[in-house]
Amino acid sequence: MSLTSNAMGLGLRALNRLAGLPLVDKLGLRRTTERAMYTGARVGFRAAGAVGRSFKATQTLLKPARLAGAPSRSLFDLTPDDDQVMLREAVLSYAQEQLRPAAAAADAATSAPDELLTAAAELGIAQLGIPESLGGAGAQRNAVTNVLIAEAMAQGDLSLAVACLAPSAVSNALVLWGNPEQQATYLPAFAGEHTPGAALAILEPQPLFDPLALRARARAVGGGFVLDGVKSLVPRAASAELFIIAAELEGRGPALFLVESSSAGLSIEAEPAMGLRAASTARVHLQGVQLPATALIADADAQVYRDCLNLGRLGWCALSVGTAQAALDYVIPYVNERTAFGEPISHRQSVAFAVANIGIELEGMRLTTLRAASRAEQGLAFSQQTAVARRLCIEKGVQIGSDAVQLLGGHGFVKEHPVERWYRDLRAAGVVEGVLLV
Amino acid sequence: MINLETPKKFRMLVEQAHQVAREIFRPNSRRYDLAEHEYPKELDMLGALLDGMNAGGGSEGAGAAGVRRDKLDSDGNRNGSNMSTALGAMELCWGDVGFLLTMPRQGLGNSAIASVASDEQLKRFEGRWAAMAITEPHCGSDSAAIRTTATLDGDHYVLNGDKIFVTSGERADLVVVWATLDRHAGRAAIKSFVVEKGTPGFELVRLEHKLGIRASDTAQFALRDCRVPKENLLGEPTINVEKGFAGVMQTFDNTRPLVAAMGVGLARACLDETRRILGEAGVEVDYDRPALVQSAAVAEMLRMEADYEAARLLTLQAAWMADNRKPNSLQASMAKAKAGRSCVDIALKCVELCGSVGYGESELLEKWARDAKILDIFEGTQQIQLLIVARRLLGKTSSELH
Repeated sequence: MSLTSNAMGLGLRALNRLAGLPLVDKLGLRRTTERAMYTGARVGFRAAGAVGRSFKATQTLLKPARLAGAPSRSLFDLTPDDDQVMLREAVLSYAQEQLRPAAAAADAATSAPDELLTAAAELGIAQLGIPESLGGAGAQRNAVTNVLIAEAMAQGDLSLAVACLAPSAVSNALVLWGNPEQQATYLPAFAGEHTPGAALAILEPQPLFDPLALRARARAVGGGFVLDGVKSLVPRAASAELFIIAAELEGRGPALFLVESSSAGLSIEAEPAMGLRAASTARVHLQGVQLPATALIADADAQVYRDCLNLGRLGWCALSVGTAQAALDYVIPYVNERTAFGEPISHRQSVAFAVANIGIELEGMRLTTLRAASRAEQGLAFSQQTAVARRLCIEKGVQIGSDAVQLLGGHGFVKEHPVERWYRDLRAAGVVEGVLLV
Repeated sequence: MINLETPKKFRMLVEQAHQVAREIFRPNSRRYDLAEHEYPKELDMLGALLDGMNAGGGSEGAGAAGVRRDKLDSDGNRNGSNMSTALGAMELCWGDVGFLLTMPRQGLGNSAIASVASDEQLKRFEGRWAAMAITEPHCGSDSAAIRTTATLDGDHYVLNGDKIFVTSGERADLVVVWATLDRHAGRAAIKSFVVEKGTPGFELVRLEHKLGIRASDTAQFALRDCRVPKENLLGEPTINVEKGFAGVMQTFDNTRPLVAAMGVGLARACLDETRRILGEAGVEVDYDRPALVQSAAVAEMLRMEADYEAARLLTLQAAWMADNRKPNSLQASMAKAKAGRSCVDIALKCVELCGSVGYGESELLEKWARDAKILDIFEGTQQIQLLIVARRLLGKTSSELH
């Protein structure tokens, strides 16, 4: 605390001096200086990663524990099964009763309340993705169920949904691609009561970021690896005990690495953003981080990495769908109750058509996302279907966020209503890679 | 279990329809686009083939008939004739929308008859080609405003009025004509009548020259004291204000997903062709890589594929709901709205991407771009679909939101 206020104090003093200097303008330094001041004040300092438990293998697995593939289906069907209906309802009531009321404060505080995260963990979502042999409750691959869960959770709040779901991206990845040793070391903790904070970090702070052309580098050194790079918008990074980090493995292409937060050379820097604020986003800096050979996931398999990207993208699609649904549900009563020129504004076609278009595009977003997820769990190729769903969710999701604010007019622009938060959060789906994994 | 793949049992049907589209529709497309009003006689044989497919069981139809809602044969999930019809229409319109619209005995009038006729009428009109006449010179979307009158006189109704935009009006054997029993009684008085070609007082005035779907004829009729047997009225003869417009409008709930399917098929034709042409120019889509780091053409392709896929799945959803007897008016209009606007947008953009190759008559892209526009107009314009969707979502009546 004293460190930040000191830094800010120093900054203000310096700013006061600099601001009056004609030299600043002459050298064209004003913008950069102002930005440096802003960033310094806003972000503060870097800290070492959270010191967590020490992960140790508690059992020996002869082969990796995987979930069985979902059975292939012969009929077109949009009806979720009984378990999915039950789960979705449970998550939806949690989202509406607990997440939504807490969302505005969490947004302002850039953190999610502990009791909410505990309640989310108690829903048992992470356990559902972990095979029974490792203490979980999962039986088969369930990408569709994960999509339905993420969608329902985002109907409460997108950022809080990210905060709640982020650790299960790591456990899901371990179930899908971890080797016996990796699984035995890390998964039992995720199946237990106090699940560790964890995050899947792929995004880097670059314009036109391409996850297939990473700047983060991993070098093979003396039987292990050395990692260098920066990861961006990592949720709850400061309290995470375990990361999966994507880096370009020299000579091999992009790969995923298990990195414990206590590793030397790993530091966390707060990175508050336009949205996702309740997820306490941060940058993870990696400077000469030394990893054992066992840190590499799936031996840098290229298809595993692409599947990981696409399953993450489907997670963001699901969050967009849920948030867009929340927006639609919010604007309908508003435009019906708000009157102008002597009648509800919903009696005007320009307003009514905007609502209709939200409904139409939202349904398209939902169906394309479900199709890609359903293909994924049936073991069918799903890259093209994911790209299509992602494109739709990015473009239409942002449009829906914008229209929702527009329909409330000035009231949409103030924080009395949640639509401005959805406007900010929906933009994230087009920016972030990784973080989730369905 | 959620699954959005084409059901296995319809894959054969889809393949057959695709072959018809590829081997019969495509090779004749340009010829009948240029020779507007000439009857595509190649379709006669095909009509017979489709009759056979339809007779072989309700779930195997490929054309525009058979939208009558089947009974559920079990409690479980059903993929039935609404879905197979939509899938068939997608494939056939991948070939040529104009040809699908002029398939013998697959007219919208046939849909109306199949949807609302009595068993006796079904039998009497079996095997006949039926067109549909709703629009009048002064009214289109506002079909409740029609002025054509039907007056009971003994065993006949006497019809008077003018009808335009009658698809297959010249080629069909029958025309289902909308007329009002009482111009002051509103929607509830509007009934549909099956008028036989050759009935005295029923006169073909002219055929339209159109932007697209030129293989399909579009006729104007005059009805002057045209006497129609009273047993040719479809549905209830009484004016039932409670039931209102429902009888005649029911047809639309069933045909909207079908027209959406036409747009989906046309859009895929454009995308397939553009992908081929761009591929020859060295442009390939990498679906795993962000569009923003690929070319602008790739980004456009991805955006169009996204709209296409949304339209396609919305259409299948509406058909699936009809098969499972779930009320689908909202979803049917969503599908029609999305498919109608997307197919126009996609077809026009594909022409742009392919440059003069797309714009010229050497390829079919320019024709598809002309054909597409009608799909966002007939069977309820884009604006009408948005009104229907908005009313449903907002819980508004047509008098509140119009």
